[in-house]
Amino acid sequence: MQLAAQFPCAGLLPLTIGDVTLTEDTPAAMTLIAPYKGQEKPLSDALNAAHGMGFPAPNRATGKADARAIWFGRAQALLVGPVADPELAAHAALTDLSDGWAVVRLEGARAEEVMARLVPIDLRPQVFKRGHTARTELKHMMASITRVGPKALQIMVFRSFSATLVHDLKRAMEAVAARG
Amino acid sequence: MRISGKGLVSHNRTVNFSFNGKDYMGLEGDTLASALLANDVHLVGRSFKYHRPRGILTAGSEEPNALVSTGKGAARDPNIRATQQELFEGLAAQSQNCWPSVERDVMAVNDLAAPFLGAGFYYKTFMWPAPLWEKLYEPIIRRAAGLGALSGAANKDPYEKAFAFCDLLVIGSGPAGLMAALTAGRAGTDVILAEDDSRMGGRLLAEVEEIDGKPAHVWVAEGLAELEAMDNVRLMPRTAVTGVYDQGTYSALERVSHHLPPSQSLKTAHRPRECFWRVAAKASVLAAGAIERPIAFRNNDRPGIMMAGAVRAYLNRWGVAPGARITVFANNDDAHRTARDLVAEGVHVTAVIDSRHDAPDSGEFPVIKGAMICDSAGRQRLESVTIRSVNGEEKLQTDCLAVSGGWNPSVHLTCHMGARPEWNRELAAFLPKPDAVPGMVVAGAANGVFSTHGALQDGAQAAVTALAGMGTSVDAPPLPVASDAPYRISPLWAVPGKGRAWLDFQNDVTVKDVAQAARENFRSVEHMKRYTTQGMATDQGKNSNVAALAVLADATGRSIAETGVTTFRPPFVPTSIAAMGAGAEDQGFKPQRYLTSHKASLQRGAANIEVGLWYRASYFAKDGESTWRQSCDREVTMVRKAVGVCDVSTLGKIDIQGPDAAQLLDLAYTNLFSTLKLGRVRYGLMLREDGFVMDDGTTARLGENHYVMTTTTAAAGQVMAHLEYLTQVVRPDLDVRFTSVTDQWAQFSVAGPKARDLIDALVDEDVNGETFPFMACGAITVSGVAGRLFRISFSGEHAYEIAVPARYGDALYRLLLERADPFGGGPYGMEALNVLRIEKGFITHAEINGTVTAFDLGMQGLVSKKKSCWGKALSERDGLMDDDRMRLVGLKPVGAMQVLSAGAHLFDPDATVERVNDLGYVTSVGFSPTLGHMIGLAMLSGGPDRMGDTIRLVDHTRGIDTLCEVVNPVFFDPEGGRVRG
Repeated sequence: MQLAAQFPCAGLLPLTIGDVTLTEDTPAAMTLIAPYKGQEKPLSDALNAAHGMGFPAPNRATGKADARAIWFGRAQALLVGPVADPELAAHAALTDLSDGWAVVRLEGARAEEVMARLVPIDLRPQVFKRGHTARTELKHMMASITRVGPKALQIMVFRSFSATLVHDLKRAMEAVAARG
Repeated sequence: MRISGKGLVSHNRTVNFSFNGKDYMGLEGDTLASALLANDVHLVGRSFKYHRPRGILTAGSEEPNALVSTGKGAARDPNIRATQQELFEGLAAQSQNCWPSVERDVMAVNDLAAPFLGAGFYYKTFMWPAPLWEKLYEPIIRRAAGLGALSGAANKDPYEKAFAFCDLLVIGSGPAGLMAALTAGRAGTDVILAEDDSRMGGRLLAEVEEIDGKPAHVWVAEGLAELEAMDNVRLMPRTAVTGVYDQGTYSALERVSHHLPPSQSLKTAHRPRECFWRVAAKASVLAAGAIERPIAFRNNDRPGIMMAGAVRAYLNRWGVAPGARITVFANNDDAHRTARDLVAEGVHVTAVIDSRHDAPDSGEFPVIKGAMICDSAGRQRLESVTIRSVNGEEKLQTDCLAVSGGWNPSVHLTCHMGARPEWNRELAAFLPKPDAVPGMVVAGAANGVFSTHGALQDGAQAAVTALAGMGTSVDAPPLPVASDAPYRISPLWAVPGKGRAWLDFQNDVTVKDVAQAARENFRSVEHMKRYTTQGMATDQGKNSNVAALAVLADATGRSIAETGVTTFRPPFVPTSIAAMGAGAEDQGFKPQRYLTSHKASLQRGAANIEVGLWYRASYFAKDGESTWRQSCDREVTMVRKAVGVCDVSTLGKIDIQGPDAAQLLDLAYTNLFSTLKLGRVRYGLMLREDGFVMDDGTTARLGENHYVMTTTTAAAGQVMAHLEYLTQVVRPDLDVRFTSVTDQWAQFSVAGPKARDLIDALVDEDVNGETFPFMACGAITVSGVAGRLFRISFSGEHAYEIAVPARYGDALYRLLLERADPFGGGPYGMEALNVLRIEKGFITHAEINGTVTAFDLGMQGLVSKKKSCWGKALSERDGLMDDDRMRLVGLKPVGAMQVLSAGAHLFDPDATVERVNDLGYVTSVGFSPTLGHMIGLAMLSGGPDRMGDTIRLVDHTRGIDTLCEVVNPVFFDPEGGRVRG
């Protein structure tokens, strides 16, 4: 007997409308890292040693595609990709959130135009550059948005919102594509 | 009448359209208004109140008269301004406010009754008798009121909302706006240039002008080409900036596809009609131009009487002469250009009537100085005007009158943050107050600079000033050569005389109405506006406000500056609710949160209920069950006799870690948590700062410094925010970290006498009374998947909650149901869950309704005496622990009516049913299949002291009046033997 795993956007993605593509990312693990008092520096060093990136400053993400630390709110970051080194627990609270968030990737020349229908912050590449991240709202949902490529954004919402996330993005993608 | 080869339209590309069912032909580049005028159609609508024939007055978004409806059925768009509606092949437009046709409108009878319908008519007439207002007057007035009509059906046309960002927002693309955009764009600034019109260029498209030796529209085209080539500049035509808000936020309405034929393809089916933009800009240049104002005289509202600047626009931009014998009536030099341009195209100009004795002469057309037009004639089209001069009155045959009373700078947006414009005598106009909006610089005609040269210079300077405000220093660019004609005007608002002289064309307000308002002491401009309704129609009085207040100033003997203007508020142009609410219709109103068990539940016949944003199974209908009650009763009995499975993942789950985690729990909860042993769960109560109960739930200790707190579904966000408050504000010294793990875990309640058998067989570990006694918790694995098991119960039965990472939620739920079936178990929903917990007297937010204390709930024992906690001090205030407070009790029916209802109020059987005798209210009820009757929970004054008493239950809404007995709120298994077993 085995329990079958299901990802948040199963059956909903991928989706391509016009020249914008929406796909689901399924990182092996996601761990919230919240440093204890006075542990920011040792934690950052340990994070660097274990996973190759420092602890991110507010609104920034460190690391790269397969291992990224995304600032996730006051005094916390989300390690996306590798299973967090248990040694980090000496400096920070580690919480497994591998199943707590839906992760999607919006990519294409007009990805920012799609996001401009839903998100109240400036995500144009000259402003929201590689390595930038934000906790903001996407239509009615709170979201984490990170630039992961020149034309690519990573969007995260609570897992239970995944159907609405896909619905809202799809509608915006259709509206942008329809303008020709 | 079209003038061959003239204007910026494509003369070789015809476009077919219809108006009021009749087919016409226009040209590419036409608006509906220019195409109608080219076809000699002047009568386009009827006025609001008197149903007088009205024609096209202007050539822009300020148009008060030429409102039409386009589209059919649910997609009908009323109040489309013909002056803005671009022509497309197959466009079908209809007049409004007339029946059966615009030519023969039966409601025109109102015009004959005009003496009775003046200002204040409604207020005076429909005051008495009062009862008639609701039944008679209001319905009749409502039927007659309103311009245009909606279809009444839901409009399926797509609309959208969007955000835009820039350093500099330039509003308007005339000479000032274009020059500002060019100056800022060349400096590399991030610019948005927004233009209300479909084509950029403003008045430069409507005038015969030369810039740098080129026709103005050529200079415009070159400038636009330069801007288009810049990556840092975004051009937004058909976009009216409608409002100014705090911190550089602007609203704008883009007409995305009103100018296109209805979509034929699947792709363009999603193309929005309109987009409502919110633009964030560091600074802005307002170059919105000016709006020409009419002069009021008797019968000045006939079709064929137009604004002088509009006549020039139709001639120069669209190649249309709106008449064959055109007369001009003005008080300023600018309007003489209309005669000049018309003569140059061979159109007959009868005369320019100028109210000034020092008006300029012309060799090309007669100028009658010191004269006024005091009346007009013609039924549905202007036939003649009456000229009054020192020589007396004489009639002049004419089919079009071009009027100009001067120009009103478009200062509206500068007033959206509370500033009032300032009167300038020389220009006879209100000018924007400097720095009225932080970061906004006003330029060109909007700033009272009316010459082309002046506008170019002012626009360039405005960009330099705006950029300097952002710390960017640029030099003013060399200016192209353009005319610098002075603006000469002598004010004339209304021609004295008898009869009705119209000020507000859209709401049918006359000079007399304003004077009467003043006589009746509505002397403030704001009172006059409301009494006469001047400026309150869809055009917001763009043409009429200044003249109306000038007439009011005259009537009250004050200056115009003293009289002042009414308040300009957003939106600057009518904005459809569909655009502002785009995306929020139907399911878009709020997001949906789905459980991992959602699909499997539906397959089991679940009916869903919305719990906040969540969708949960309410009950599971089996074959043969025709009502929810049958399903609910079966599910309750199933849990009491066998085993039931329920998804409880919606409960808030907060992961708490850190050396001071226990201290935080002791602060947040009323009871002690620092004594909680590893591997154990405890129920806890949380208070608000004011001492009333905020929430309840359980917290499990998973590790030395590791806890997981559960909250109610309803208060998950509130409790999370509360913990943030406690740790950021109250005890920032605590070394504790927490985060929401609600969505991380799929968690299922497995409850009933067979729960242990099911769980023990399912998980890889041994589950028995020793490994998992009541209120124990621990790590388990299910088929190798790491999960958590909690021995807790909300049903009073032997129960567990089993949690696995959410990706396995669907699989585990299906497996649990599969395993439950052989025991005679199965899924249960919210209805059964509710009955089970009422049977046990467990509380939810029906009881924790914000007005109850721990004492009221009989839970004062949970407020630890050994420590303090958040809210404890204020919970001990006088009166919060009085015995006669409304306190939790159980109720069971004893009357003939075996019914209880939530929300009903309680009274002594002998007392009258009055507020003063109210003893409490019922919070929760349900039918208990276990006990065979209804049961309820209630908050009853002195409740615990009334056990066994009979009480009267009254629910006026549902028509229930019955007796019940006050009982212990724990109806079932009060000793708790089942839960521990």
